[in-house]
Amino acid sequence: MSVSINVTVNGRGYQEEVEPRLLLADFLRDVLGLTGTHVGCDTSGCGACTIIVDGKAVKSCTLLAVQADGADLTTIEGLASNGALHPLQEGFHEEHGLQCGFCTPGMIMAAWQLLERNPNPSDAEIRHALEGNFCRCTGYENIVKSVRAAAGSAA
Amino acid sequence: MSETTTDNTNFRWIGKRPVRHDGVDKVTGRAQYGADFTLPGMLYGKALRSDCAHGIIKSIDTSAARALDGVKDVITGADLPEVSSEGQIEGEAPASVRDTAHNVIARRKVHYHGHTVAAVAATSPSVAEEALKLIKVEIEALPVVLDVMEACSPDAPLIEEHQHTNGDTGSPPSNIASTNTFEDGDLEKGFEAADVIVEHEFDSGTVHQGYIETHACMAEAKENGEITLWVSSQGHFSIRDATAQVLAIEPSRIKAIAAEIGGGFGGKTTVYLEPLAVLMAQRTGQPVKMVMSRDEVFRGTGPAPGSHTRIRMGATSDGRITAVDCDLWFEAGGYPGSAVGAAMMALIAPYEVQNFRIVGYDVLVNKPKSHAYRAPGAPNAAHASEVVIDEICEQIGMDPLEFRLKNAAKKGTKAPYGPVFPEIGMVETVQAAIDHPHYQAPLGANQGRGVASGFWMNGGGDATAHLSVLPDGKVTLVTGRPDIGGSRAGHAMVAAEELQIDVDDVRPSIGDTDSIGYNGVTGGSSTAYSAAVAVYEAAHKLIADAKRRAAEIWEVKADDVEWRDGAAHLKAGVNGTEAPLSLADLAGKASQTGGPLAADAAVNAKGAAPALGTHICDVEVDPDTGKVDVIRYTVVQDAGRALHKSYVEGQMQGGAVQGIGWALNEEYLFDDNGVMENAGFLDYRMPVALDLPMIDTVVVEVPNPRHPYGIRGVGENAIVQPLAAVANAIYDAVGVRLYEVPMSPPKVLKALQDAKATRNVAANGNGAAAQPAREPEPVTAR
Repeated sequence: MSVSINVTVNGRGYQEEVEPRLLLADFLRDVLGLTGTHVGCDTSGCGACTIIVDGKAVKSCTLLAVQADGADLTTIEGLASNGALHPLQEGFHEEHGLQCGFCTPGMIMAAWQLLERNPNPSDAEIRHALEGNFCRCTGYENIVKSVRAAAGSAA
Repeated sequence: MSETTTDNTNFRWIGKRPVRHDGVDKVTGRAQYGADFTLPGMLYGKALRSDCAHGIIKSIDTSAARALDGVKDVITGADLPEVSSEGQIEGEAPASVRDTAHNVIARRKVHYHGHTVAAVAATSPSVAEEALKLIKVEIEALPVVLDVMEACSPDAPLIEEHQHTNGDTGSPPSNIASTNTFEDGDLEKGFEAADVIVEHEFDSGTVHQGYIETHACMAEAKENGEITLWVSSQGHFSIRDATAQVLAIEPSRIKAIAAEIGGGFGGKTTVYLEPLAVLMAQRTGQPVKMVMSRDEVFRGTGPAPGSHTRIRMGATSDGRITAVDCDLWFEAGGYPGSAVGAAMMALIAPYEVQNFRIVGYDVLVNKPKSHAYRAPGAPNAAHASEVVIDEICEQIGMDPLEFRLKNAAKKGTKAPYGPVFPEIGMVETVQAAIDHPHYQAPLGANQGRGVASGFWMNGGGDATAHLSVLPDGKVTLVTGRPDIGGSRAGHAMVAAEELQIDVDDVRPSIGDTDSIGYNGVTGGSSTAYSAAVAVYEAAHKLIADAKRRAAEIWEVKADDVEWRDGAAHLKAGVNGTEAPLSLADLAGKASQTGGPLAADAAVNAKGAAPALGTHICDVEVDPDTGKVDVIRYTVVQDAGRALHKSYVEGQMQGGAVQGIGWALNEEYLFDDNGVMENAGFLDYRMPVALDLPMIDTVVVEVPNPRHPYGIRGVGENAIVQPLAAVANAIYDAVGVRLYEVPMSPPKVLKALQDAKATRNVAANGNGAAAQPAREPEPVTAR
């Protein structure tokens, strides 16, 4: 059995037939081919699959694709605009906020939510906001620095 | 962040912090990791894993699974060739081909819960999962042995019935696969010379590397027998070879393409899914993709071994180590091959010790086959040696860093495993720790400070590099070791340094196994070091060729030409007024001067030199809950010469944080039947940003004399110290010693309560012999 859903992803509308059990993360990756959203655990533990759903950062493995029917989604592929990186992308790039880069898309999306709510976060607030996202490479220091840099340039 | 440099060579790029070349792909979602590849007609493969931790496979009925609509293939161990136990699979943790093959898919027996027993390929992931449920596996359960010491007992259930320790068939079969001893001096005399002797037993749980990307690959088999394998690994050459060995086919039939890798830390240096995906692709004629779930990663891939260690150390009252006697029992898991050998090497290597005996045991237990994890074995070993040193220092009243300085190994010291050390940075890192403001900073109530030093030997090995000049004078650089932490940028810096061009004018990439010569794995802290040797040599070949061409164009001798600022110049004093020829100029004349301008180098880099590091850790202990917070942490490490300063610091910070996780929270929890009870990120608790302070770094540079720039391996060392540094800090904070990691809240709380009970008994006059433990209370500033 398939269900028809309509979603807007990175500004483009899609109408797709999906199985009701399909996770939103798998819908993005396997149906739309947007593999920038990474899956590290499928139990909402790692945060690598974080995307923006109607303005909120959401772990896309905790939603079914059918629950996103009618929603406006932004994934890492949709963050840059007019050929320019988003300040957060710029921050992670310039401040060495990544080693392997696997957690990076989810980190950036979670940080996006933080900066929406708090354009000038302290380091403690940054660490608090990213507590749902694992990075196993960096020890987090350069990630905090990257978000701080993005906040500075966005301000 | 600070740095201590012992050599002031001026570099244009080495030691700087350029932005990584692969960064844009990684912040925009373009970078393709193991699970990101698809091909038309691709099938989804899934593995069926044993729900029994030890047993004999009586039957596997796949008929119902085969009958399911959408299922294209079902395989069991019987579908793979039987391979000899003689062959070795190389890599970071060498293992026999037979053991590796049987670990990939069980044959007669299952050795641990989660051991693969069958695999399916189907048209969708959900059909594949449905099919797994239809496979009927009958297993005759055998008694399970999980504890490493119980497994050593003569009456323990045998995991390999025909295994004799060290292959000695004269001895009865045993779970102890091998034992080895390092010894020197006179142990008895050493302990006689000691004024203080401390002996303890230490335990570490089984922990996982915890890379965020799960294992993933995709295989395509062509009609002519050629295979293409897209794989996330730490070494696609060794994955190619291991896959070929397990399937008993020629390695030349496989082209392995390195995906971006989402972390490995030693865990992605062997095969799990790859032979299954290739076999099912061959049998179906359709591409097969396999991606593990996190649950499968925990249950079915190689964690770092749990261990039990007994150590006895003697020292004089003026702070000289006189003797060390140590036994290390390591869990190999379901097949032989733990990291006990490396643990033995690292145990007391930071120190000059005349009299020692170190015995290691590699022991089979019904847990996943252990595999390499960042400085394999060394954290378990240093946990024991560095806590015992702390206790000795307390007893003789000596500052623990002064003690380490006094006993420091240096150039000329004979390593416990044989060779004599070249220049090493033990003295320098300890001194830098002593000099760091952190070491003197005041502490508050229930806070304490601990230190620990650690050793890692570092590796080198095979590396190949290819440089090619583009029409506009920019340069492509192809190497063949997967880039996990920024090695592409580091190697581009080497090319830019030697060619004297801008680092952004080098375009680095990782070649597939058909497009470049052999390369070892990105492991053993070897890649920045060894591939840098290859890139350096290739760059100098390219320069020599460019100079020859310029000389030909100018009709002068090659000796009249020099390379400067990315161009050939006529040497001063040579007659003529030729304008310099840049790489772009030379590329434009390449066809007339001998063909395309390119150079290769293939090396076996032998001059790796050890890394030493010293950590300072402050903790605060909550006496009501036993929760320990790391509140300040400083990593001091000898990098030889930092290639990319930010990436060196990043390795130090990342390694320390993995060690902190191991020290405080991480461990596999098994039930009595050998079933892991916390096989997910919600229950296997790795550190998040909120758990940690800023990890400060001090990069010490004692150049490795056997490398053009002095580079040492950097990646692994910083995970060695935290177990002991945190334990020593907890003792300093609340006066209780813990000898088992993780030091999770329940264990710390129990230790505090036990200490309190001991104090109360002592207060009542019944516990004169009991060790006095301090009441948790404000600790005065130093």
